[in-house]
Amino acid sequence: MNNAELFSALLVVYPDLSCETADTGEILWVVPAERLVDVACTLREDEAFAFDSLMCLSGLDLSKYPTAEKGVFVGDLLACVYHLHSFTHGHEAAIKVVVPKNETASIPSVEAVWPVAGWFEREILDLYGIDFPGNHDRTRLMMPKDWVGHPLRKDYEYPQTYGGWDLKRDGQTFTSGPYA
Amino acid sequence: MNHASLEQNDDLITLNMGPHHPSTHGVLRLVIQTDGEMVRTCKPEIGYLHRSIEKIGENLEWYQFVPYTDRVDYVCSMNSNLAYALGVEALLNTKPETAVEIPLRAECIRVLFAELNRISSHLVSVGAAAMDMGAYTPFLHGVTQREFINDILEKTCGARLTYNYICIGGVMRDLHAGAEAEIRAFLDQLEPAMHSFNALISTNTIFRGRFAGVGVIDREMAIAYGMVGPNLRGAGVDWDLRRDRPYGLYPKLKFEVPVGKAYAGSKGVVGDCYDRYIVRLLEIVESIKLCRQVLDMMPPPAEKADDPIGGHRVDVTKKLRTPPKGGLYTRVENPRGETGYYIVSDGTKMPYRMKIRTGSFTSMTIFETLVPGMMVSDVVAFIGSLDIVLPEVDR
Repeated sequence: MNNAELFSALLVVYPDLSCETADTGEILWVVPAERLVDVACTLREDEAFAFDSLMCLSGLDLSKYPTAEKGVFVGDLLACVYHLHSFTHGHEAAIKVVVPKNETASIPSVEAVWPVAGWFEREILDLYGIDFPGNHDRTRLMMPKDWVGHPLRKDYEYPQTYGGWDLKRDGQTFTSGPYA
Repeated sequence: MNHASLEQNDDLITLNMGPHHPSTHGVLRLVIQTDGEMVRTCKPEIGYLHRSIEKIGENLEWYQFVPYTDRVDYVCSMNSNLAYALGVEALLNTKPETAVEIPLRAECIRVLFAELNRISSHLVSVGAAAMDMGAYTPFLHGVTQREFINDILEKTCGARLTYNYICIGGVMRDLHAGAEAEIRAFLDQLEPAMHSFNALISTNTIFRGRFAGVGVIDREMAIAYGMVGPNLRGAGVDWDLRRDRPYGLYPKLKFEVPVGKAYAGSKGVVGDCYDRYIVRLLEIVESIKLCRQVLDMMPPPAEKADDPIGGHRVDVTKKLRTPPKGGLYTRVENPRGETGYYIVSDGTKMPYRMKIRTGSFTSMTIFETLVPGMMVSDVVAFIGSLDIVLPEVDR
């Protein structure tokens, strides 16, 4: 089945889903966060879909994306894009889940459906600050455990100190320490 | 597994493998709890090499990012370059006004160097796997051959490891004079050298005993935990992006895709460490075939750099000012498996988001599940057979 046929087959089960096409031709199926685990289970278990592999799970901060353009990435939002692949049928699809950008952003974990999602989600939790209830280990993966902030957010500001060390960056002035 | 209850058990010893441990092939820390020689829990700690390359990518112009892709995986930087270049070119090709057509000679050089780099990466991998098992000589055989490849690539690119050579729109410069003859001579002596490498270590009883039936990843598990490349094929999944999602020159080339078949004989299981090792060895042989085919079809160099057949690069700087908007996920078969670039463009000269999905990162996810129950010495064999490169995990 091609992408459009797959989506219409999915609409039969979940009529409230929508579909977005970017200028690049990438098709994203937009799934509400609260329906994600149900949809993921269907896509994984249903033999017509059989998406047994999660190729890639990317976090996105959409807050700086130009909103005037007709595009799929709009709003003060955080998003996760799930790229799926089926070894059984050889077809591919992408799911997008958006959540408001704030300190309590949260998307249910799909680790139980695709175990590889566990580390992808930890990475996004670390770098974007999206919580994934259901993940077995909701701690930072890349950054030190006591790091403050989420570096891949567009409004992230590099901290001035960490662990007693001054961290100097171009264009930043320090208020304390030897460089002040 | 309930970690808290295990910690109360006095018989368990918590052991830090790494960050500085010779067998972890980089700065990887495994926090393992052992019951005698048996591992009960394993918790990988990564991030020691995290440079936030994805954030750097958002703040650089498209072509400026190429040197950083070298540092994503320094053992096969040519392939990393290729993955990024193909990702951006695929993005440009979605609109006719920004479409890029790569000259045939540049396509040939790309595949030739990518395969040479794949050979050198696999040589390090199989050599280091043998070294981890206590056999030092095969590693020297591996790096000796790798030196020849480094020499050839250095003459063309000027660098031995981080090449910065494959760029958006082609390659940086044409092959150095006499490169084709040098590569042919190298391939001619590599083939018998690989046979002697195979005879030296693959049938070695101790080596085979350490790898056969150890660290078995079956088909379902390999797919569920996102194994890619030789680790996936070692588990018996017949999947190679070069054949199944062909890009560049690969549709015109003929090669076999080796798959794990319990090569270790009676003690072997499909998907054990030995299968992954043998799949890499066989891939080296296939890469030699690919290099020879590419050399046969390579057109002579042209006078002008942007000649559509003999040139080595087309100018894409104007097209990169206004790339198409939106995201695109492209994936490429690297020595360590699928490298995917999810590039989101907002139509400006810099990417909006650059997600790099690497083979080593997803290979790491299986540790917490598979390592408990292994012997401590088998963990070393398991790490060696997965061929993990830590800068690729941390990025």
